Amino acid sequence: MRNNKNSWSNKIPSWAWVILSFIAAIGVWYLLSILPKTSRAFPFAPTTIDGLLTMMERGVFWDDLASSLLSVVMGYGLGFVIALPVAILMAWYLPIRNILNPWIQFIRNIPPLAYVPLLVVCAGVGRPAQVTTITIACFLIMCVTIYQGVINVDETLIKAARVLGAKNRDIFVRVLAPATLPFILTAIRLGASVALTTIIAAESAGSQAGLGMRIRSLNASFENAAMLAYVIVLGIIGILLEKGIRLLEKKLTGWQETIK
Amino acid sequence: MMDNMLTNTYGAESGAAAPVKVQIKNVVKTFSGRNGEMVALNGVSLDIRENEFVCVVGPSGCGKSTLLNIIAGLLEPTSGEVYCDGRLVEGTGTDRGVVFQQYALFPWLTVKKNVKFALEMRGIKGREADELAMKYLEKVDLVKFANHYPKELSGGMKQRVAIARAYAAEPQVLLMDEPFGALDAQTRTQLQSELLETWERDRKTCFFITHDVDEAIILAQKVIVMSARPGRIKEIVDIDIPYPRDQETKMSPRFLELKNHIWSIVYQEYLEVRK
Ligand SMILES: Nc1ncnc2c1ncn2[C@@H]1O[C@H](COP(=O)(O)OP(=O)(O)OP(=O)(O)O)[C@@H](O)[C@H]1O
Ligand SMILES: [Mg+2]
Repeated sequence: MRNNKNSWSNKIPSWAWVILSFIAAIGVWYLLSILPKTSRAFPFAPTTIDGLLTMMERGVFWDDLASSLLSVVMGYGLGFVIALPVAILMAWYLPIRNILNPWIQFIRNIPPLAYVPLLVVCAGVGRPAQVTTITIACFLIMCVTIYQGVINVDETLIKAARVLGAKNRDIFVRVLAPATLPFILTAIRLGASVALTTIIAAESAGSQAGLGMRIRSLNASFENAAMLAYVIVLGIIGILLEKGIRLLEKKLTGWQETIK
Repeated sequence: MMDNMLTNTYGAESGAAAPVKVQIKNVVKTFSGRNGEMVALNGVSLDIRENEFVCVVGPSGCGKSTLLNIIAGLLEPTSGEVYCDGRLVEGTGTDRGVVFQQYALFPWLTVKKNVKFALEMRGIKGREADELAMKYLEKVDLVKFANHYPKELSGGMKQRVAIARAYAAEPQVLLMDEPFGALDAQTRTQLQSELLETWERDRKTCFFITHDVDEAIILAQKVIVMSARPGRIKEIVDIDIPYPRDQETKMSPRFLELKNHIWSIVYQEYLEVRK
Protein backbone atom coordinates (compact mmCIF):
# COMPACT_ATOMS: atom_id res chain seq x y z
CA MET A 1 0.00 0.00 0.00
CA ARG A 2 1.23 3.50 -0.74
CA ASN A 3 1.41 5.59 2.34
CA ASN A 4 3.05 8.96 2.17
CA LYS A 5 3.63 10.30 5.69
CA ASN A 6 3.31 13.93 4.69
CA SER A 7 0.38 13.73 2.33
CA TRP A 8 -2.71 15.79 3.19
CA SER A 9 -4.75 12.63 3.74
CA ASN A 10 -2.74 11.82 6.86
CA LYS A 11 -3.63 15.12 8.45
CA ILE A 12 -7.34 14.37 8.62
CA PRO A 13 -8.38 12.71 11.90
CA SER A 14 -10.16 9.39 11.69
CA TRP A 15 -13.51 10.68 12.99
CA ALA A 16 -13.52 13.18 10.13
CA TRP A 17 -12.99 10.33 7.68
CA VAL A 18 -16.08 8.63 9.06
CA ILE A 19 -18.10 11.77 8.36
CA LEU A 20 -16.59 12.16 4.89
CA SER A 21 -17.34 8.57 4.03
CA PHE A 22 -20.91 9.03 5.27
CA ILE A 23 -21.39 12.13 3.13
CA ALA A 24 -20.02 10.29 0.10
CA ALA A 25 -22.47 7.43 0.66
CA ILE A 26 -25.39 9.87 0.93
CA GLY A 27 -24.21 11.42 -2.34
CA VAL A 28 -24.19 8.06 -4.12
CA TRP A 29 -27.57 7.24 -2.62
CA TYR A 30 -28.95 10.54 -3.94
CA LEU A 31 -27.57 9.81 -7.39
CA LEU A 32 -29.15 6.35 -7.36
CA SER A 33 -32.46 7.90 -6.34
CA ILE A 34 -32.57 10.20 -9.40
CA LEU A 35 -31.14 7.96 -12.10
CA PRO A 36 -34.03 6.43 -14.07
CA LYS A 37 -32.64 2.88 -13.94
CA THR A 38 -32.20 2.76 -10.16
CA SER A 39 -34.62 5.31 -8.75
CA ARG A 40 -37.43 2.82 -8.13
CA ALA A 41 -35.26 0.51 -6.02
CA PHE A 42 -33.42 3.27 -4.18
CA PRO A 43 -35.78 6.03 -3.02
CA PHE A 44 -33.85 8.74 -1.19
CA ALA A 45 -33.49 8.92 2.60
CA PRO A 46 -36.73 10.78 3.57
CA THR A 47 -38.90 8.38 1.56
CA THR A 48 -37.04 5.38 2.96
CA ILE A 49 -37.42 6.60 6.54
CA ASP A 50 -41.12 7.19 5.83
CA GLY A 51 -41.30 3.61 4.65
CA LEU A 52 -39.80 2.41 7.91
CA LEU A 53 -42.17 4.60 9.96
CA THR A 54 -45.12 3.17 8.08
CA MET A 55 -43.99 -0.32 9.00
CA MET A 56 -43.74 0.73 12.63
CA GLU A 57 -47.25 2.22 12.49
CA ARG A 58 -48.58 -1.00 11.05
CA GLY A 59 -47.05 -2.62 14.10
CA VAL A 60 -44.95 -5.12 12.19
CA PHE A 61 -41.42 -3.72 12.37
CA TRP A 62 -40.69 -4.53 16.00
CA ASP A 63 -42.26 -7.98 15.64
CA ASP A 64 -40.10 -8.65 12.60
CA LEU A 65 -36.97 -7.48 14.38
CA ALA A 66 -37.75 -9.52 17.51
CA SER A 67 -38.57 -12.63 15.54
CA SER A 68 -35.39 -12.49 13.47
CA LEU A 69 -33.19 -11.73 16.45
CA LEU A 70 -34.74 -14.59 18.41
CA SER A 71 -33.92 -17.06 15.63
CA VAL A 72 -30.43 -15.62 15.22
CA VAL A 73 -29.64 -15.71 18.94
CA MET A 74 -30.97 -19.24 19.37
CA GLY A 75 -29.24 -20.66 16.31
CA TYR A 76 -26.00 -18.84 16.99
CA GLY A 77 -25.92 -19.85 20.66
CA LEU A 78 -26.69 -23.48 19.89
CA GLY A 79 -24.13 -23.50 17.10
CA PHE A 80 -21.44 -22.23 19.45
CA VAL A 81 -22.33 -24.61 22.27
CA ILE A 82 -21.99 -27.55 19.89
CA ALA A 83 -18.96 -26.23 17.99
CA LEU A 84 -16.71 -25.68 21.01
CA PRO A 85 -16.56 -29.26 22.33
CA VAL A 86 -16.65 -30.81 18.86
CA ALA A 87 -13.72 -28.66 17.74
CA ILE A 88 -11.70 -29.63 20.82
CA LEU A 89 -12.51 -33.32 20.37
CA MET A 90 -11.54 -33.10 16.71
CA ALA A 91 -8.22 -31.54 17.62
CA TRP A 92 -7.41 -34.12 20.30
CA TYR A 93 -8.74 -37.39 18.90
CA LEU A 94 -7.53 -38.46 15.51
CA PRO A 95 -10.44 -40.86 14.77
CA ILE A 96 -13.02 -38.14 15.45
CA ARG A 97 -11.06 -35.71 13.28
CA ASN A 98 -10.67 -38.11 10.39
CA ILE A 99 -14.33 -39.05 10.36
CA LEU A 100 -15.88 -35.61 10.89
CA ASN A 101 -13.57 -33.21 9.12
CA PRO A 102 -14.26 -34.18 5.47
CA TRP A 103 -18.01 -33.83 6.00
CA ILE A 104 -17.75 -30.52 7.77
CA GLN A 105 -15.74 -29.24 4.83
CA PHE A 106 -18.28 -30.74 2.42
CA ILE A 107 -21.38 -29.23 3.99
CA ARG A 108 -19.64 -25.91 4.58
CA ASN A 109 -19.47 -25.39 0.84
CA ILE A 110 -23.21 -25.80 0.27
CA PRO A 111 -25.20 -22.55 0.52
CA PRO A 112 -27.78 -22.84 3.35
CA LEU A 113 -30.53 -21.70 0.99
CA ALA A 114 -30.07 -25.00 -0.84
CA TYR A 115 -30.68 -27.25 2.15
CA VAL A 116 -33.41 -25.26 3.91
CA PRO A 117 -36.18 -27.22 2.11
CA LEU A 118 -34.71 -30.47 3.46
CA LEU A 119 -34.78 -29.08 6.98
CA VAL A 120 -38.39 -27.93 6.55
CA VAL A 121 -39.34 -31.46 5.60
CA CYS A 122 -37.77 -32.71 8.86
CA ALA A 123 -38.39 -29.91 11.34
CA GLY A 124 -41.58 -28.46 9.93
CA VAL A 125 -42.36 -24.92 8.81
CA GLY A 126 -41.42 -21.99 11.04
CA ARG A 127 -39.15 -21.42 14.00
CA PRO A 128 -37.63 -24.90 14.39
CA ALA A 129 -36.46 -25.01 10.78
CA GLN A 130 -35.14 -21.44 11.00
CA VAL A 131 -33.16 -22.10 14.13
CA THR A 132 -31.81 -25.38 12.74
CA THR A 133 -30.60 -23.66 9.58
CA ILE A 134 -28.75 -20.97 11.52
CA THR A 135 -27.39 -23.52 13.99
CA ILE A 136 -25.89 -25.62 11.20
CA ALA A 137 -24.34 -22.67 9.40
CA CYS A 138 -22.89 -21.20 12.60
CA PHE A 139 -21.68 -24.56 13.87
CA LEU A 140 -19.73 -25.24 10.68
CA ILE A 141 -17.83 -21.95 10.56
CA MET A 142 -17.17 -21.82 14.31
CA CYS A 143 -16.10 -25.45 14.53
CA VAL A 144 -13.57 -25.06 11.72
CA THR A 145 -12.15 -21.86 13.21
CA ILE A 146 -11.81 -23.15 16.78
CA TYR A 147 -10.38 -26.46 15.57
CA GLN A 148 -7.65 -24.60 13.67
CA GLY A 149 -6.86 -22.68 16.83
CA VAL A 150 -6.55 -25.74 19.03
CA ILE A 151 -4.27 -27.65 16.65
CA ASN A 152 -2.06 -24.61 16.15
CA VAL A 153 -1.22 -24.07 19.82
CA ASP A 154 2.56 -23.73 20.03
CA GLU A 155 3.84 -27.05 21.37
CA THR A 156 6.82 -25.47 23.12
CA LEU A 157 4.41 -23.57 25.36
CA ILE A 158 2.93 -26.86 26.52
CA LYS A 159 6.45 -28.26 27.04
CA ALA A 160 7.48 -25.12 28.93
CA ALA A 161 4.49 -25.48 31.24
CA ARG A 162 5.21 -29.17 31.77
CA VAL A 163 8.82 -28.66 32.79
CA LEU A 164 7.65 -25.99 35.23
CA GLY A 165 5.56 -28.68 36.89
CA ALA A 166 2.13 -28.12 35.29
CA LYS A 167 -0.29 -31.04 35.46
CA ASN A 168 -2.82 -31.82 32.70
CA ARG A 169 -5.44 -29.65 34.35
CA ASP A 170 -3.08 -26.66 34.56
CA ILE A 171 -2.13 -27.16 30.93
CA PHE A 172 -5.77 -27.12 29.86
CA VAL A 173 -6.86 -24.16 31.97
CA ARG A 174 -3.71 -22.05 31.92
CA VAL A 175 -2.19 -22.80 28.53
CA LEU A 176 -4.64 -24.30 26.04
CA ALA A 177 -7.59 -22.11 26.99
CA PRO A 178 -5.80 -18.74 26.76
CA ALA A 179 -3.86 -19.84 23.67
CA THR A 180 -7.09 -20.68 21.83
CA LEU A 181 -9.07 -17.70 23.10
CA PRO A 182 -8.19 -15.52 20.08
CA PHE A 183 -9.51 -18.20 17.74
CA ILE A 184 -12.66 -18.62 19.82
CA LEU A 185 -13.30 -14.88 19.59
CA THR A 186 -12.67 -14.93 15.85
CA ALA A 187 -15.13 -17.82 15.62
CA ILE A 188 -17.68 -15.79 17.58
CA ARG A 189 -17.26 -12.87 15.18
CA LEU A 190 -17.45 -14.98 12.02
CA GLY A 191 -20.39 -16.91 13.48
CA ALA A 192 -22.33 -13.70 14.14
CA SER A 193 -21.91 -12.59 10.57
CA VAL A 194 -22.92 -16.01 9.25
CA ALA A 195 -25.98 -16.05 11.53
CA LEU A 196 -27.15 -12.74 10.11
CA THR A 197 -26.52 -13.62 6.49
CA THR A 198 -28.27 -16.94 6.96
CA ILE A 199 -31.43 -15.37 8.40
CA ILE A 200 -32.78 -14.62 4.90
CA ALA A 201 -32.34 -18.23 3.87
CA ALA A 202 -33.68 -19.43 7.21
CA GLU A 203 -36.86 -17.36 6.94
CA SER A 204 -37.56 -18.81 3.53
CA ALA A 205 -38.50 -21.82 5.64
CA GLY A 206 -41.74 -19.98 6.22
CA SER A 207 -42.50 -17.61 9.08
CA GLN A 208 -45.13 -15.27 10.46
CA ALA A 209 -42.69 -12.42 10.97
CA GLY A 210 -39.03 -11.62 10.42
CA LEU A 211 -36.81 -9.18 8.59
CA GLY A 212 -36.02 -11.64 5.80
CA MET A 213 -39.60 -12.78 5.43
CA ARG A 214 -40.80 -9.13 5.33
CA ILE A 215 -38.26 -8.16 2.65
CA ARG A 216 -39.67 -10.94 0.50
CA SER A 217 -43.28 -9.86 1.02
CA LEU A 218 -42.57 -6.14 0.56
CA ASN A 219 -40.85 -7.05 -2.68
CA ALA A 220 -44.00 -8.81 -3.83
CA SER A 221 -46.15 -5.77 -3.03
CA PHE A 222 -43.69 -3.28 -4.62
CA GLU A 223 -43.16 -1.33 -1.39
CA ASN A 224 -39.61 -0.46 -2.24
CA ALA A 225 -38.99 2.26 0.34
CA ALA A 226 -39.81 -0.01 3.27
CA MET A 227 -37.87 -2.85 1.68
CA LEU A 228 -34.75 -0.70 1.36
CA ALA A 229 -35.18 0.39 4.99
CA TYR A 230 -35.24 -3.26 6.10
CA VAL A 231 -32.10 -4.03 4.10
CA ILE A 232 -30.34 -1.11 5.77
CA VAL A 233 -31.51 -2.27 9.22
CA LEU A 234 -29.92 -5.67 8.56
CA GLY A 235 -26.67 -3.94 7.66
CA ILE A 236 -26.75 -1.81 10.82
CA ILE A 237 -27.29 -4.84 13.07
CA GLY A 238 -24.38 -6.57 11.35
CA ILE A 239 -21.93 -3.74 11.79
CA LEU A 240 -22.93 -3.14 15.43
CA LEU A 241 -22.35 -6.80 16.25
CA GLU A 242 -19.02 -6.85 14.46
CA LYS A 243 -17.77 -3.69 16.17
CA GLY A 244 -18.90 -4.96 19.57
CA ILE A 245 -17.12 -8.27 19.19
CA ARG A 246 -13.97 -6.60 17.88
CA LEU A 247 -13.92 -4.40 20.96
CA LEU A 248 -14.17 -7.51 23.11
CA GLU A 249 -11.36 -9.14 21.13
CA LYS A 250 -9.11 -6.15 21.64
CA LYS A 251 -9.79 -6.17 25.36
CA LEU A 252 -9.23 -9.88 25.86
CA THR A 253 -6.42 -10.60 23.41
CA GLY A 254 -4.38 -7.41 23.34
CA TRP A 255 -1.33 -9.50 24.25
CA GLN A 256 -1.13 -10.97 20.75
CA GLU A 257 1.74 -10.15 18.43
CA THR A 258 0.23 -8.14 15.62
CA ILE A 259 1.72 -7.97 12.17
CA LYS A 260 1.68 -4.39 11.04
CA MET B 1 34.25 -17.53 53.39
CA MET B 2 36.95 -16.19 51.12
CA ASP B 3 39.11 -19.16 51.90
CA ASN B 4 36.34 -21.50 51.14
CA MET B 5 35.86 -19.96 47.71
CA LEU B 6 39.52 -20.13 46.90
CA THR B 7 39.94 -23.74 47.85
CA ASN B 8 36.74 -24.64 46.11
CA THR B 9 38.06 -24.25 42.61
CA TYR B 10 35.95 -26.48 40.46
CA GLY B 11 38.58 -26.70 37.77
CA ALA B 12 37.80 -29.64 35.57
CA GLU B 13 40.84 -31.59 36.72
CA SER B 14 40.04 -31.21 40.39
CA GLY B 15 36.26 -31.70 40.09
CA ALA B 16 36.41 -35.45 40.56
CA ALA B 17 35.14 -35.15 44.12
CA ALA B 18 31.65 -33.89 43.25
CA PRO B 19 28.93 -36.56 43.10
CA VAL B 20 27.22 -37.42 39.83
CA LYS B 21 24.05 -35.40 39.37
CA VAL B 22 22.80 -36.66 36.03
CA GLN B 23 23.79 -40.03 34.69
CA ILE B 24 23.08 -40.83 31.06
CA LYS B 25 23.43 -44.54 30.37
CA ASN B 26 23.59 -45.98 26.86
CA VAL B 27 20.83 -43.82 25.53
CA VAL B 28 19.58 -44.76 22.06
CA LYS B 29 16.82 -42.84 20.32
CA THR B 30 15.33 -43.78 16.99
CA PHE B 31 12.56 -41.95 15.20
CA SER B 32 10.37 -43.78 12.75
CA GLY B 33 9.43 -41.67 9.77
CA ARG B 34 8.32 -42.16 6.21
CA ASN B 35 11.81 -43.28 5.18
CA GLY B 36 11.96 -45.95 7.87
CA GLU B 37 13.88 -45.82 11.14
CA MET B 38 16.20 -42.91 11.81
CA VAL B 39 18.80 -43.26 14.54
CA ALA B 40 19.18 -39.88 16.24
CA LEU B 41 21.26 -41.02 19.23
CA ASN B 42 23.35 -44.14 19.06
CA GLY B 43 24.47 -45.11 22.56
CA VAL B 44 25.25 -41.96 24.50
CA SER B 45 26.70 -42.25 28.00
CA LEU B 46 27.70 -39.27 30.08
CA ASP B 47 28.01 -38.28 33.73
CA ILE B 48 27.23 -34.71 34.69
CA ARG B 49 28.57 -33.90 38.13
CA GLU B 50 26.94 -31.70 40.69
CA ASN B 51 27.66 -27.99 40.14
CA GLU B 52 29.21 -28.74 36.79
CA PHE B 53 28.78 -26.58 33.69
CA VAL B 54 28.71 -28.76 30.60
CA CYS B 55 28.42 -27.47 27.05
CA VAL B 56 27.47 -29.58 24.05
CA VAL B 57 28.57 -28.73 20.51
CA GLY B 58 28.17 -30.67 17.30
CA PRO B 59 26.86 -30.40 13.75
CA SER B 60 23.23 -29.61 13.14
CA GLY B 61 21.00 -32.67 13.38
CA CYS B 62 23.43 -34.72 15.51
CA GLY B 63 20.84 -35.12 18.25
CA LYS B 64 21.74 -32.41 20.77
CA SER B 65 18.17 -31.27 21.30
CA THR B 66 16.99 -34.87 21.36
CA LEU B 67 19.42 -35.61 24.19
CA LEU B 68 18.30 -32.53 26.12
CA ASN B 69 14.64 -33.46 25.70
CA ILE B 70 15.36 -36.95 27.00
CA ILE B 71 17.12 -35.56 30.08
CA ALA B 72 14.21 -33.15 30.61
CA GLY B 73 11.78 -36.06 30.39
CA LEU B 74 9.98 -34.57 27.39
CA LEU B 75 11.08 -37.51 25.21
CA GLU B 76 11.47 -41.17 26.09
CA PRO B 77 14.67 -42.95 25.04
CA THR B 78 14.22 -45.98 22.80
CA SER B 79 16.65 -47.80 25.07
CA GLY B 80 18.99 -46.82 27.89
CA GLU B 81 18.22 -44.72 30.94
CA VAL B 82 18.76 -41.33 32.46
CA TYR B 83 19.11 -40.95 36.23
CA CYS B 84 18.88 -37.71 38.12
CA ASP B 85 20.18 -37.95 41.69
CA GLY B 86 20.10 -41.70 41.26
CA ARG B 87 16.38 -41.72 40.41
CA LEU B 88 15.26 -42.96 37.01
CA VAL B 89 13.88 -40.13 34.85
CA GLU B 90 10.36 -40.99 33.75
CA GLY B 91 8.86 -37.74 32.53
CA THR B 92 9.34 -34.13 33.43
CA GLY B 93 10.21 -33.08 36.95
CA THR B 94 10.77 -29.79 38.70
CA ASP B 95 14.31 -30.85 39.58
CA ARG B 96 15.17 -30.19 35.92
CA GLY B 97 14.44 -26.78 34.36
CA VAL B 98 14.59 -25.96 30.66
CA VAL B 99 15.36 -22.75 28.74
CA PHE B 100 14.26 -23.04 25.11
CA GLN B 101 15.77 -21.29 22.10
CA GLN B 102 12.38 -19.83 21.11
CA TYR B 103 11.93 -18.30 24.61
CA ALA B 104 8.55 -20.09 25.04
CA LEU B 105 7.07 -17.29 27.15
CA PHE B 106 3.31 -17.29 27.62
CA PRO B 107 2.32 -14.34 25.40
CA TRP B 108 -0.93 -13.71 27.31
CA LEU B 109 0.89 -13.19 30.60
CA THR B 110 2.95 -10.18 31.60
CA VAL B 111 6.64 -10.61 32.40
CA LYS B 112 5.89 -10.83 36.11
CA LYS B 113 3.04 -13.28 35.64
CA ASN B 114 5.26 -15.50 33.50
CA VAL B 115 7.65 -15.77 36.43
CA LYS B 116 4.73 -16.20 38.83
CA PHE B 117 3.52 -19.15 36.76
CA ALA B 118 6.64 -21.06 37.84
CA LEU B 119 6.12 -20.05 41.47
CA GLU B 120 2.45 -21.04 41.46
CA MET B 121 3.36 -24.45 40.13
CA ARG B 122 5.51 -24.74 43.26
CA GLY B 123 2.47 -23.91 45.36
CA ILE B 124 3.51 -20.35 46.19
CA LYS B 125 0.54 -17.99 45.88
CA GLY B 126 -0.62 -14.42 46.40
CA ARG B 127 1.55 -11.68 47.92
CA GLU B 128 4.44 -14.01 48.55
CA ALA B 129 4.51 -15.03 44.88
CA ASP B 130 4.38 -11.36 43.84
CA GLU B 131 7.35 -10.43 45.97
CA LEU B 132 9.39 -13.48 44.98
CA ALA B 133 8.68 -12.88 41.28
CA MET B 134 10.09 -9.37 41.60
CA LYS B 135 13.21 -10.82 43.23
CA TYR B 136 13.82 -13.14 40.32
CA LEU B 137 13.23 -10.27 37.89
CA GLU B 138 15.75 -8.17 39.81
CA LYS B 139 18.38 -10.83 39.11
CA VAL B 140 17.91 -10.38 35.36
CA ASP B 141 17.50 -6.62 35.65
CA LEU B 142 13.94 -6.50 34.35
CA VAL B 143 12.01 -5.01 37.27
CA LYS B 144 11.02 -2.04 35.15
CA PHE B 145 9.37 -4.31 32.61
CA ALA B 146 7.41 -6.40 35.10
CA ASN B 147 4.05 -5.34 33.71
CA HIS B 148 4.93 -5.52 30.04
CA TYR B 149 3.77 -8.26 27.71
CA PRO B 150 6.41 -10.42 25.95
CA LYS B 151 5.55 -8.84 22.59
CA GLU B 152 6.83 -5.53 23.93
CA LEU B 153 10.32 -6.88 24.70
CA SER B 154 13.46 -7.36 22.61
CA GLY B 155 14.83 -10.86 22.02
CA GLY B 156 17.47 -10.48 24.70
CA MET B 157 14.92 -9.32 27.25
CA LYS B 158 12.60 -12.19 26.40
CA GLN B 159 15.38 -14.67 26.99
CA ARG B 160 16.16 -13.01 30.32
CA VAL B 161 12.54 -13.49 31.35
CA ALA B 162 12.74 -17.13 30.29
CA ILE B 163 15.87 -17.56 32.40
CA ALA B 164 14.24 -15.85 35.39
CA ARG B 165 11.21 -18.11 34.99
CA ALA B 166 13.41 -21.20 34.84
CA TYR B 167 15.22 -20.06 38.00
CA ALA B 168 11.92 -19.37 39.75
CA ALA B 169 11.11 -23.06 39.53
CA GLU B 170 14.30 -23.61 41.58
CA PRO B 171 15.47 -26.62 39.58
CA GLN B 172 18.66 -28.39 40.56
CA VAL B 173 19.74 -28.87 36.96
CA LEU B 174 19.33 -26.24 34.26
CA LEU B 175 19.02 -27.52 30.69
CA MET B 176 19.49 -24.90 27.99
CA ASP B 177 18.98 -25.51 24.27
CA GLU B 178 20.85 -22.82 22.34
CA PRO B 179 19.31 -20.15 24.55
CA PHE B 180 21.28 -17.36 22.90
CA GLY B 181 21.11 -18.77 19.37
CA ALA B 182 18.56 -16.27 18.11
CA LEU B 183 20.30 -13.18 19.52
CA ASP B 184 22.70 -10.72 17.90
CA ALA B 185 26.40 -10.97 18.79
CA GLN B 186 26.38 -8.09 21.25
CA THR B 187 23.33 -9.19 23.23
CA ARG B 188 24.73 -12.68 23.15
CA THR B 189 28.03 -11.76 24.83
CA GLN B 190 26.14 -9.72 27.39
CA LEU B 191 23.89 -12.61 28.31
CA GLN B 192 26.91 -14.92 28.43
CA SER B 193 28.56 -12.65 30.97
CA GLU B 194 25.37 -12.49 33.03
CA LEU B 195 25.00 -16.26 32.98
CA LEU B 196 28.65 -16.70 33.97
CA GLU B 197 28.21 -14.36 36.92
CA THR B 198 25.11 -16.17 38.06
CA TRP B 199 26.72 -19.56 37.72
CA GLU B 200 29.87 -18.50 39.53
CA ARG B 201 27.61 -17.37 42.37
CA ASP B 202 25.23 -20.34 42.69
CA ARG B 203 27.02 -23.11 40.76
CA LYS B 204 23.83 -24.72 39.57
CA THR B 205 24.43 -27.80 37.42
CA CYS B 206 24.10 -26.66 33.78
CA PHE B 207 23.72 -28.56 30.53
CA PHE B 208 24.05 -26.03 27.74
CA ILE B 209 23.75 -26.64 23.98
CA THR B 210 25.36 -24.23 21.54
CA HIS B 211 26.65 -23.95 17.99
CA ASP B 212 29.22 -21.41 19.06
CA VAL B 213 32.59 -22.89 20.10
CA ASP B 214 33.65 -19.60 21.76
CA GLU B 215 30.50 -19.63 23.82
CA ALA B 216 31.06 -23.23 24.86
CA ILE B 217 34.64 -22.59 26.04
CA ILE B 218 33.92 -19.38 27.88
CA LEU B 219 31.08 -20.95 29.85
CA ALA B 220 31.89 -24.59 30.41
CA GLN B 221 34.15 -26.80 32.47
CA LYS B 222 33.62 -29.59 29.98
CA VAL B 223 32.78 -29.35 26.30
CA ILE B 224 31.11 -32.41 24.82
CA VAL B 225 31.69 -32.70 21.08
CA MET B 226 29.10 -34.84 19.35
CA SER B 227 29.57 -36.63 16.07
CA ALA B 228 27.34 -36.40 13.04
CA ARG B 229 24.44 -38.77 12.54
CA PRO B 230 23.94 -41.11 14.22
CA GLY B 231 24.70 -38.94 17.24
CA ARG B 232 27.43 -40.13 19.60
CA ILE B 233 29.88 -38.44 21.90
CA LYS B 234 33.07 -37.92 19.92
CA GLU B 235 35.25 -36.31 22.54
CA ILE B 236 35.01 -34.64 25.93
CA VAL B 237 37.33 -31.66 26.25
CA ASP B 238 38.16 -30.37 29.73
CA ILE B 239 38.32 -26.60 29.83
CA ASP B 240 41.05 -25.92 32.36
CA ILE B 241 40.68 -22.15 32.39
CA PRO B 242 39.99 -20.99 35.94
CA TYR B 243 36.97 -18.91 36.91
CA PRO B 244 36.11 -16.08 37.18
CA ARG B 245 36.09 -15.72 33.44
CA ASP B 246 34.96 -12.77 31.35
CA GLN B 247 35.03 -11.70 27.71
CA GLU B 248 38.78 -10.95 28.05
CA THR B 249 39.32 -14.65 28.58
CA LYS B 250 38.63 -15.07 24.87
CA MET B 251 42.04 -13.44 24.15
CA SER B 252 44.08 -15.76 26.34
CA PRO B 253 46.47 -18.24 24.67
CA ARG B 254 44.91 -21.24 26.39
CA PHE B 255 41.48 -20.23 25.12
CA LEU B 256 42.75 -20.03 21.55
CA GLU B 257 44.49 -23.36 21.89
CA LEU B 258 41.31 -25.06 23.11
CA LYS B 259 39.31 -23.32 20.43
CA ASN B 260 41.61 -24.61 17.70
CA HIS B 261 41.41 -28.10 19.09
CA ILE B 262 37.61 -28.16 19.35
CA TRP B 263 37.23 -26.50 15.96
CA SER B 264 39.30 -29.14 14.27
CA ILE B 265 37.09 -31.92 15.67
CA VAL B 266 33.87 -30.07 14.82
CA TYR B 267 35.17 -29.34 11.33
CA GLN B 268 35.91 -33.02 10.71
CA GLU B 269 32.37 -33.81 11.73
CA TYR B 270 31.06 -31.10 9.48
CA LEU B 271 32.92 -32.66 6.53
CA GLU B 272 31.46 -35.99 7.59
CA VAL B 273 27.94 -34.54 7.30
CA ARG B 274 28.65 -33.13 3.85
CA LYS B 275 29.67 -36.53 2.53
N1 LIG C 1 10.07 -35.72 16.50
C1 LIG C 1 10.94 -36.17 15.58
N2 LIG C 1 10.54 -37.04 14.63
C2 LIG C 1 11.39 -37.49 13.72
N3 LIG C 1 12.68 -37.15 13.64
C3 LIG C 1 13.15 -36.28 14.55
C4 LIG C 1 12.31 -35.74 15.57
N4 LIG C 1 13.04 -34.91 16.34
C5 LIG C 1 14.29 -34.93 15.82
N5 LIG C 1 14.35 -35.75 14.75
C6 LIG C 1 15.56 -36.03 13.97
O1 LIG C 1 16.58 -36.39 14.84
C7 LIG C 1 17.81 -35.83 14.46
C8 LIG C 1 18.40 -35.04 15.61
O2 LIG C 1 17.58 -33.92 15.86
P1 LIG C 1 17.95 -32.82 16.94
O3 LIG C 1 16.89 -31.80 16.91
O4 LIG C 1 18.22 -33.50 18.24
O5 LIG C 1 19.30 -32.23 16.35
P2 LIG C 1 20.19 -31.03 16.90
O6 LIG C 1 21.55 -31.57 17.13
O7 LIG C 1 19.52 -30.38 18.05
O8 LIG C 1 20.23 -30.07 15.66
P3 LIG C 1 20.29 -28.46 15.64
O9 LIG C 1 21.70 -28.13 15.99
O10 LIG C 1 19.98 -28.13 14.23
O11 LIG C 1 19.30 -27.97 16.63
C9 LIG C 1 17.53 -34.97 13.25
O12 LIG C 1 17.96 -35.66 12.10
C10 LIG C 1 16.05 -34.79 13.24
O13 LIG C 1 15.57 -34.78 11.92
MG1 LIG D 1 18.61 -28.47 18.38
